Amino acid sequence: MASESMGVEHVSEESGLVFHPMDQFIVKPLFGDGPIAWYTPTNVTLWMALAVLAIIALMVLSTRKRAIVPGRGQSIAELAYGFVYKMVEDVTGKDGIKYFPYIMTLFLFIVCANFLGLIPGSFTTTSHLAVTVVMALAVFLTVTVLGFYLHGVSFLKLFWIEQAPLVLRPILALIEVISYFVRPVSHSIRLMGNMMAGHAVMKVFAAFAGLAVIAPVSVLAISAIYALEILVSFIQAYVFAILTCVYLKDALHPQH
Amino acid sequence: MATETTAAQHVEPLALEEAGMCVDANGGAIGMPQLCFDWFPNQMFWLAVTLVVIFLVLSRVALPRIAAILAERQGTITNDIAAAEDLKAKAVEAEAAYNQALADARTEAQVIVAKAKADIQAELDVAIQKADAEIAAKSAESEKAIAEIRAGALDSVKAVATDTAAELVSVLGGSVDAKAVDAAVASRLKG
Repeated sequence: MASESMGVEHVSEESGLVFHPMDQFIVKPLFGDGPIAWYTPTNVTLWMALAVLAIIALMVLSTRKRAIVPGRGQSIAELAYGFVYKMVEDVTGKDGIKYFPYIMTLFLFIVCANFLGLIPGSFTTTSHLAVTVVMALAVFLTVTVLGFYLHGVSFLKLFWIEQAPLVLRPILALIEVISYFVRPVSHSIRLMGNMMAGHAVMKVFAAFAGLAVIAPVSVLAISAIYALEILVSFIQAYVFAILTCVYLKDALHPQH
Repeated sequence: MATETTAAQHVEPLALEEAGMCVDANGGAIGMPQLCFDWFPNQMFWLAVTLVVIFLVLSRVALPRIAAILAERQGTITNDIAAAEDLKAKAVEAEAAYNQALADARTEAQVIVAKAKADIQAELDVAIQKADAEIAAKSAESEKAIAEIRAGALDSVKAVATDTAAELVSVLGGSVDAKAVDAAVASRLKG
């Protein structure tokens, strides 16, 4: 087995190109290398902790002075606050404001994890299905439970579109139910897929830089993809948060 | 050899993946590390910890603080705008008062000018009247003096004519009859 995998390596070395675009996503223990149990501190732990520190630095340390005329850090914190607050208010209405801290938590975690993942050599926690699925399922279950808690059985009106002709309603209800249950899947895979694809593409271009002939093209391509990824990092966090708001709106106001 | 290695490439990771392994002997990833279920509990646990910590930090410290800052700023801005509007109203008032004062002063000045003109006119009229009266008096006096002088001159002429006539009569050897001379002079002077 060992010799065979050596053979694989040998072949790729011969061509001068080494492609390991997926190695960056491997979860490793921080100390030693035993098996990974649920409590083992891993690179996941490290980069999530760094995301927490970044959020504390941005939202707590920079607002320490409580300045009326804000400095740079405080401006960003206020911008983030206003951005998410306005989004929650616009999408869910006034009664959705009490869920603002939850959406802010998700948004800030995703945006910080995404941006930290852009540091070369870092580990992108949001590129993992386990992470995004937990968040998407949490949103899905919360919204569903909240919908039934607030409206009882009439929450099911969400699937019964009264504006449509009576004949079409059962068909539409079926479609609505399917789309409702697909939500957590699309919600989680959208984020994870975007993050994984971008990082894997950068790794592939980086491997091409091993050939002197195409190295300049490769470097340019990496720069371009990197710029795109900065955009994607923010947009995906925004999309995740706004979809959470949309789902929450359905729970608060099931009538269309 | 080449076919063998390609076969190995295709078969080996799959075999490993089926065996539940996520990393090959060199530490490289097999397939998608995202689908390695061995790592799921670890990631889920740390994600839960992370989200709880972030939520606590945000809901206990950061969000109330930023809300307070924004509310305070809004209050300050509202107050400042109110104060500015107050000051603007005051400025408008002051301008109106200034304009009023200016208009008042102008009217007053016009009144004063008119009054001064009227006064001067009155004084002038009085002075002119007085001067006219004086001039009239003076001219009357002068006329009287002239009349006196004229009368005096007539008398003198009469006296001189009488004297001269008497002298001439005496020089020519006649006797001087005073009455005849006077009568002759008087008739000549009338002529």
